[in-house]
Amino acid sequence: MIEIEHLVKRFGPLAAVDDLSFRVSTGEVLGFLGPNGAGKSTTMKMITGFLTPSSGSIRVCGHDVATDPLGVKESIGYLPEGAPAYPDMTPLGFLRFIAQVRGLSGVKAVLAVDRAIEQTDILAVIDQPIDTLSKGFKRRVGIAQAILHDPPVLIMDEPTDGLDPNQKFEVRRLIQAMAANKTIVISTHILEEVEAICTRALIIDRGRVVADGTPQELLLRTSRHLGVVVDVALEDRVAAHAALTAFKDLAAEELNGVIQFFVPRHLDQAPIVAVAEALKAGGISPRALRVVTGRLDDVFRTLTRGEAGTRSAA
Amino acid sequence: MNRLSAVFLREFKGYFATPLAYVFLVIFLGLTGGFTFYLGGFFDQGQADLRSFFVFHPWLYLFLIPAVGMRLWAEENRSGTIELLLTLPIPLWTAVLGKFLAAWAFVALGLILTAPIWATVNYLGQPDNGVILASYLGSLMMAGGYLAICSFTSSLTRSQVIAFVISVVLCFLFTITGVSSFAEAGRAFLPLALLDTIVGLSFIQHFNSIMNGVIDLRDLVFFGSITALFLYATAIVIDFKKGA
Repeated sequence: MIEIEHLVKRFGPLAAVDDLSFRVSTGEVLGFLGPNGAGKSTTMKMITGFLTPSSGSIRVCGHDVATDPLGVKESIGYLPEGAPAYPDMTPLGFLRFIAQVRGLSGVKAVLAVDRAIEQTDILAVIDQPIDTLSKGFKRRVGIAQAILHDPPVLIMDEPTDGLDPNQKFEVRRLIQAMAANKTIVISTHILEEVEAICTRALIIDRGRVVADGTPQELLLRTSRHLGVVVDVALEDRVAAHAALTAFKDLAAEELNGVIQFFVPRHLDQAPIVAVAEALKAGGISPRALRVVTGRLDDVFRTLTRGEAGTRSAA
Repeated sequence: MNRLSAVFLREFKGYFATPLAYVFLVIFLGLTGGFTFYLGGFFDQGQADLRSFFVFHPWLYLFLIPAVGMRLWAEENRSGTIELLLTLPIPLWTAVLGKFLAAWAFVALGLILTAPIWATVNYLGQPDNGVILASYLGSLMMAGGYLAICSFTSSLTRSQVIAFVISVVLCFLFTITGVSSFAEAGRAFLPLALLDTIVGLSFIQHFNSIMNGVIDLRDLVFFGSITALFLYATAIVIDFKKGA
């Protein structure tokens, strides 16, 4: 459980985070999105107690960051941006160090380290110095460190950055497996990832929330999401138009020798059955008939377009 | 306590993960030996004591301690592990103290390894081992003072080189003020009270009195205070950066 209220962080005249308020509950996987410099990392650094807010309050599992920073740090597993780890240590030594600092000892520590190694699949490199590891392994060592003490809150800054598709899949699966009884916040630039694992997406731009909802809700912000596309041959043009004319906001364009009709969604549903029946009634056999899925990329671009470089202090 | 020892052990082992530890130890032992026997005229004096060994310690520490202390925080700042360290459930003072103690223990190891010189002087004559022990203690306390200064300068920057240079300058100031020619030169243009204060802050002054075999509590308190002061300053710098 994370509760953030009116959070502000100023760096000199620049407000990196500007009156941000949101809550994340147990069981939620929050995807934290935004262009570079939007304030994602800064917010995460404040939640984890690395940076002190200029104003506003943060509570994690009931502990206030300002008055009980250690309580907050104990409840959180944190993967900082770039997954920093001591380069001269081996993953095993590093994880043992984390276990000791986290107050685990004896059998508990051994079990926790073993579990983290298994979950992140880093057994193969467990005795190599961290600075000799590939980017993917380094990232996974960082994740292992974050989940070591089975924290109720997990905050990960770009957990899949630098991983290959297989590793990304594994990390997403790991996050999903842990999601049920944890509060998870991840930041990412990869929007498919949000659709794949996040129960909720929060888009921020210039330190402010510009969108907050489930990935599905955000997709409904695009006009094309759940629309139906019908391709018909040129000669069926008029008949098809007649058959589909009952649909609101029908659009048509010519593409590579076929006519493509677009029927927007109706009441948040894809009207594919209705379209198919209308075509059948009109005696038209389409070349193709499919439902379009909107892209979070488009939502993201629409919401965060603007000169990211010219932020004012406001 | 568990956390303090975790930080301490990680840091201490960190010295041996790179050649730095061995380079330091070899140079430290080489220079202490060389200075004692050649510059210090250990044999010419015909005295069974280790004065000629200890008298060079402030000057050796001036360069060698910054080499040990420069990485304490600068390296964490550079590699970003500071973010990891400060978001672990460790009180800030534990991190500052744990790292400092590790560096101090490392210097202590260097001092312990000079034991052959002690054995030599005992083989050659009957030295006052009490004085020697006091000098070792004084040297260790003085090393702590220098190290705390380095911890402070190291926290200011992400560059070990800058940390080293600033540390040497600061350590130099705390050293040179104890040289008699400094006091003579200063007499010409500094009020006596001020000069006394400056000289009183000199590491050499306090180390000399210990080296004479007089363990005055004030000298130990002096080094302890300097150490505490600069460690406190280290914590303030680190805490300040969180808010900046």
